[in-house]
Amino acid sequence: MIQAPDLPTWAAIIIALLVLGGSILTLVGALGLIRLPTFYARVHATTLGATAGMAAILLASMLCFSVLQTRPVVHEILIALFVTLTTPVTLILLARAAIYRDRSENAAQVPDAQGAKAEG
Amino acid sequence: MKRFVPFPLLALALFAMWILLTGFSPGHVLLGALVALIVSRSMLSLQVEPPRVRIGWAVVRLSGIVLADIVRSNIAVAKIILVNPPDRHSDFIELPTQLRSPYALAVLALIITATPGSLWVQHDANRHVILIHVLDLVDEAEWTELIRDRYERLLMEIFE
Repeated sequence: MIQAPDLPTWAAIIIALLVLGGSILTLVGALGLIRLPTFYARVHATTLGATAGMAAILLASMLCFSVLQTRPVVHEILIALFVTLTTPVTLILLARAAIYRDRSENAAQVPDAQGAKAEG
Repeated sequence: MKRFVPFPLLALALFAMWILLTGFSPGHVLLGALVALIVSRSMLSLQVEPPRVRIGWAVVRLSGIVLADIVRSNIAVAKIILVNPPDRHSDFIELPTQLRSPYALAVLALIITATPGSLWVQHDANRHVILIHVLDLVDEAEWTELIRDRYERLLMEIFE
């Protein structure tokens, strides 16, 4: 980023912390994909990057370009809105696919369509 | 008014999106208004049931609660991933729900799934029961209360 030296120090520090925090959260979420044992548990891990991780990075972007262009730059709100609306839909779809497969295989620990848990 | 702008909220949202994406200028205000009117009218051909949304204090409160919960459960789930406690128990739970409006249920599904640690799996429209998966399940009754008191009451105020 060529404009970076123009940033005042206070803004640079806040932006750096936000970007770092968001990236770390997203990384932890990605780590969860490896560390968590079952498919349903792994789905939870991905939401870290899609919620707080995304929010922190977008806040940093808004602050950075608002300071550089000395006017409020807020169209990142649209990114936040669309990510928040679409990620859960995708995750629910994945969970539906997984539970459909588990039910057709009569897997244990998965409740059937009526809510009763399979034995074993 | 109703005939001219059948979905006023959608038109407003489209207009706001257009302005945010293109920047504020008289030409884009005109063009954005035109797009918002035409596109929101095209929803008529889909014959959706227009949502009854009561915009008020409840919307603000719900947004605040959801934001706080997302931050809190982000920290909780990050801890679980990093520490990986051996006694962690994740399971499916069934919750009875009083919500009937499809819009309210859709918003509840988004809230539950967007919050790390809980995942919306299924809604049974006959029994009015939703099935969610919880990453760190301690007390099933606590979840039932949490969803009912924190989200459902406000959602009913907004949509029903």
